Amino acid sequence: MPHYNLKVNGQVRPVDVAADTPLLWVLRDSLELVGTKFGCGIGQCGACTVHLNGVPMRSCQIAVSVVTGMEVTTIEGLSNDGSHPLQKAWCDHDVPQCGYCQSGQIMTAAAFLKGTPKPTDEEIDGAMAGNLCRCGTYLRIRAAIKDAAVVLQKGGVA
Amino acid sequence: MKPVMPLLSRREFFRVTALAGGGLALGLYFDGSTTAFAESSTSSGAPLSQPARTFSPNAFIRITPEGVVTIVAKNPEIGQGVKTSLPMIVAEELGVDFAQVKIVQGALDPQLGPQFAGGSLSTPMNYDGLRRAGAVARTMLIAAAAQTWHVPVNECSLEHGFVVHQSSGRRLGFGELATLAASLPVPDEKTVVLKEPDQFKLLGSRVGGVDNPSIVTGKALFGIDQKVPGLRYAVYEKCPVFGGKAVSANLEQVKALPGVRDAFLLDGQNDYTGLLSGVAIVADSTWAAFSARKQLRVVWNEGAGASQSSENYATQAAALSGEPGKIVRKDGDVVAALASAAKKIEATYSYPYLSHATLEPQNCLAWPTPDGGMEILAPTQNPGDAQDLVARTLKIAKEKITVHFTRIGGGFGRRLMNDFVVEAAAIAQKSGGPIKLTWTREDDMRHDFFRPAGWHYLQGGLDAAGGLIAWHDRFITVGLNDAEKPTLSANMDVNHFPGRFVPAYLLEQTVINTNIPTGWLRAPGSNSLAFVIQSFLDELAHAGNQDPLAFCLAALGPDRQLAGGKYDPSYDTKRMKGVLTLAAEKSGWGKKLPRGSGQGIAFYFSHQGYVAEVAEVTVDRAGTLKVNRVTAAVDVGPIMNLSGAETQVQGSIIDGLSSTWMQEITIDHGRVVQSNFDQFPMLRITDVPPIIDVHFIQSKNHPTGLGEPALPPLPPAVCNAIFAATGKRVRQLPLSKTDLSWT
Repeated sequence: MPHYNLKVNGQVRPVDVAADTPLLWVLRDSLELVGTKFGCGIGQCGACTVHLNGVPMRSCQIAVSVVTGMEVTTIEGLSNDGSHPLQKAWCDHDVPQCGYCQSGQIMTAAAFLKGTPKPTDEEIDGAMAGNLCRCGTYLRIRAAIKDAAVVLQKGGVA
Repeated sequence: MKPVMPLLSRREFFRVTALAGGGLALGLYFDGSTTAFAESSTSSGAPLSQPARTFSPNAFIRITPEGVVTIVAKNPEIGQGVKTSLPMIVAEELGVDFAQVKIVQGALDPQLGPQFAGGSLSTPMNYDGLRRAGAVARTMLIAAAAQTWHVPVNECSLEHGFVVHQSSGRRLGFGELATLAASLPVPDEKTVVLKEPDQFKLLGSRVGGVDNPSIVTGKALFGIDQKVPGLRYAVYEKCPVFGGKAVSANLEQVKALPGVRDAFLLDGQNDYTGLLSGVAIVADSTWAAFSARKQLRVVWNEGAGASQSSENYATQAAALSGEPGKIVRKDGDVVAALASAAKKIEATYSYPYLSHATLEPQNCLAWPTPDGGMEILAPTQNPGDAQDLVARTLKIAKEKITVHFTRIGGGFGRRLMNDFVVEAAAIAQKSGGPIKLTWTREDDMRHDFFRPAGWHYLQGGLDAAGGLIAWHDRFITVGLNDAEKPTLSANMDVNHFPGRFVPAYLLEQTVINTNIPTGWLRAPGSNSLAFVIQSFLDELAHAGNQDPLAFCLAALGPDRQLAGGKYDPSYDTKRMKGVLTLAAEKSGWGKKLPRGSGQGIAFYFSHQGYVAEVAEVTVDRAGTLKVNRVTAAVDVGPIMNLSGAETQVQGSIIDGLSSTWMQEITIDHGRVVQSNFDQFPMLRITDVPPIIDVHFIQSKNHPTGLGEPALPPLPPAVCNAIFAATGKRVRQLPLSKTDLSWT
C-alpha cells in the first residue's frame, strides 16, 4: 500500500492507502475527519468540498496521490473554534435543517469570499450553484454569506 | 391525509427517582413500561466507541445538585427541528433559560413514549405531555423552595432558573433545590397548573437549532460518520430489477481483491421492506469495498418484473381510462349532473415516481453482542420498527437488540423504512463483528420506496352561476405485485377534497400491477394529489370566467367543521378560508401583470395543517420559467419555534418546486433508469424563488406539525401561475416536459 504524507489543516498526516482512493475517503476513514460528507460520489452535490491550496474542490473526485504537497483544509480546519464569520453567520441565521450539506456549503462560501469580498446576489448564486441542499435552506445560506462578507470587510477573522 | 401512524391514545404518568448523589429526575412514562434508559452521545462530541450509559433516571428532565439542567430530545432529528422544539416545550413550562439547558438525544426507550419522525406528528403527539412534564418539575421546585423558607407556595415564583420569594427577595437555584424536590410527593399531573399560552416567553420565539454550533464546525455526527473499534466497511448489491434474486457471484475473485475481508450471498426474504436477496462485500475501508464492488459479477434471476416499464404503465393507464373503476366515493348522480351542467370540462393529469434522495445515503452500523444480540446505530426515522424488523428477520429476541439513532442527513419519509438497518445487521451477524454498511448514491436512488406515479381522468361541471356542481375523478393508480390493492401511499381517501364539497361527486380507482416498491415521501398522497385537484379547480374557475380565489372560497362554502374518518381529522373550512384570504392579501393577489407573468393560488389540508400559497412566475417567450416569489399562509395553531417553523415552510416550498419542475424516476426493464443527481436533478440556489414569504395564523387550536403540510399547495400554485402567465396548462409532471414557450 503506498504511503503518503498529507498536509491537512496545518498538520502532516501520514496515511497508507491505495493510490486511487479519493481524498474524501482518506479524510473520513483514515483521518477521522468526518465533517467532509459523502453525498453523490460524482462531484454533483458539493457535500465533500474541501480547500486544496485555498481552492474549493470536490474531494470525492480527487485521488489521494495527486494532493501530496498541497495544503488540504477541511471544515474542521476552517477555524479552531467555530469563530469564522461564516460559521457565526450560519448560526445567527439558523441556516441548517438536517445539516448534512452545510460543511460543503461553508467551505465553498469561504473560498468564494476570499476572492469576492463584496459579492452581489448573482455572484453568490454563481459560486454556490454547485452545492445542493436537499432541505432547501438556500435563502438563509444567501443571507448568511452576505452578513459574513460584511464582517470580513470590517476585518473579521477569517 | 392519513397520518403515517394512527394517533395513539395513551396513559401517561409521572414518577420521580433520585439521581445518584441527589437531584431531581422527572420522567414521563407511557403505558407504564420501564427499562433502563440509555443515553447516547451520538449527535455531537467524539465518535461513539461504545454506547455510553449514564446512571439512568428514566427522564425527560434531569437536574443535578450542581444546577445542570438536562432535557432529553425524544424523537429522531431529520432536519425538521424537533431536537430543538420538543425540549423547548419542556423548558417553557419548567421556566429555565433555554440557552443554559443541555439537550441530549434519547435512545430508543419505551419510557420516552412513541419515538419516530413521521406524519408531522411530533408536535401534536408530544405538546401536552411535555408541557405537563415541565410543569410538574416546576411545581415541585417551587414547593421545595417554599418548604425551605417556610412560606406559602403562592408567595414563590420562578424566574430564569431560580425560585424567588417575592416579598423577601430570597432566591434559590434549581441545583440547590434538586435534592429536596426529589424527596417530595409528585403532584397529580391533572392538577398541575400549566402556563397560559399568552404567558409563553420561549415557545413562539426564534431559537437556533441546538446542534448548529457542531454542524458548522463539522463535529455533528450523522449515522454515516459513526465508528466503533474493529469496524469493517460493507456494501450490499441487490438485483436492479425489483423482486429479482442473486443466484451466484464471483465471490472467490472478489475476496482476493485488496482490502476485502469477505464476500457472501444473503438469501433475503419476500418482504420488500425487509432483507432482500443480494451480495455483501466486507472490507477494510469504504473505498476498498466500493472498488471491489466494481469487480463483482452477479448472476441474477431477475424474475417476472423485468418486462415492466414506465412507458408500459402509461399505456395501461390510457387503456384503463375508458373503463369504470372501483367506486371509492359516490355522491349524487355525476353523469346526470355533468350532462346538465352549463359548462363542462375534462382533463388528464399525471405525475411520475419520485425518489427521496436524502443527501446522506442510507447507512447503518451494527455489531453482534456476546449474548447473541445486536447493537445498532442508525440514522432511522423509525427506530422501533428497526428493532422489530431485525428481531423478526434474524431471529434475535427483541430485548437483545439495542437501537441508537443519530442525527439524520434528511429523512423525508425514506427512513421510516429500515431495509438498510436489517441489511447491516444481517451482514454483521454473518461477519461476526462490527460493520458499517454504506449505500452509494446509485444504491439509494435505485432502491428507494418511491412516491407512486398516478393518472387522473377528470371531468368537472359548473352551473349557470359558475358554481361547482360535478366532479368525476377516474384515478389510475399502482399496486405492488397486486392488481387490486393500491401500494403504499397510492390510495385516495374517501374524504379527499373535493369529496363532501360537491353535490355530484364520483371517485373511481383502478390499480395497475407493478413491481415498484413505494413508500411515504413528504406529505404522502397529498404531494401529488394537490397538483391534480388544485390545478383542475383552477381550470374550472377559468372555464367559468371566475377569479380563482373567489372560486376556491365559494367551493369551500360556509364556515363549518366536516367530521373526520378513522385516520383523517376533521376539516375546518373557516381555517382554510382564513389562510387563503391571508395568502391572497399578502401576495397582492389580483394585481395587474404583463403577459408572461402571472400569479397562481392553491390551498391544501394535510397532516392537520391548513396552508395556502400564491406563486408569482415569469415565463419568457422561449418558455424559460422563473419563480419570482411564493407567499405562504399557514395555520397549524400555535408555533413552537418561529425560526424552525419558517424554515420548514420555505424548505417545503423549495422541495415541492424541485420535484414539480425537474424530477422523475422512470422504469425500464423493471429497473430504475436514474442513478444519481446528474439524472435526477434538484433545485440549486440559482433557481430558488428570491422571495418566500411565510405568514402564520397562530390560532388557538391544538398545535400540529409543520414538516409536511406546506409542500402540497406549491405544485399547483406554480402551475396555475404558469397558466396565468402563458395560457399553457401543465397537466403532466415534471413541468420540464411541457413546452412553455408562447408568442
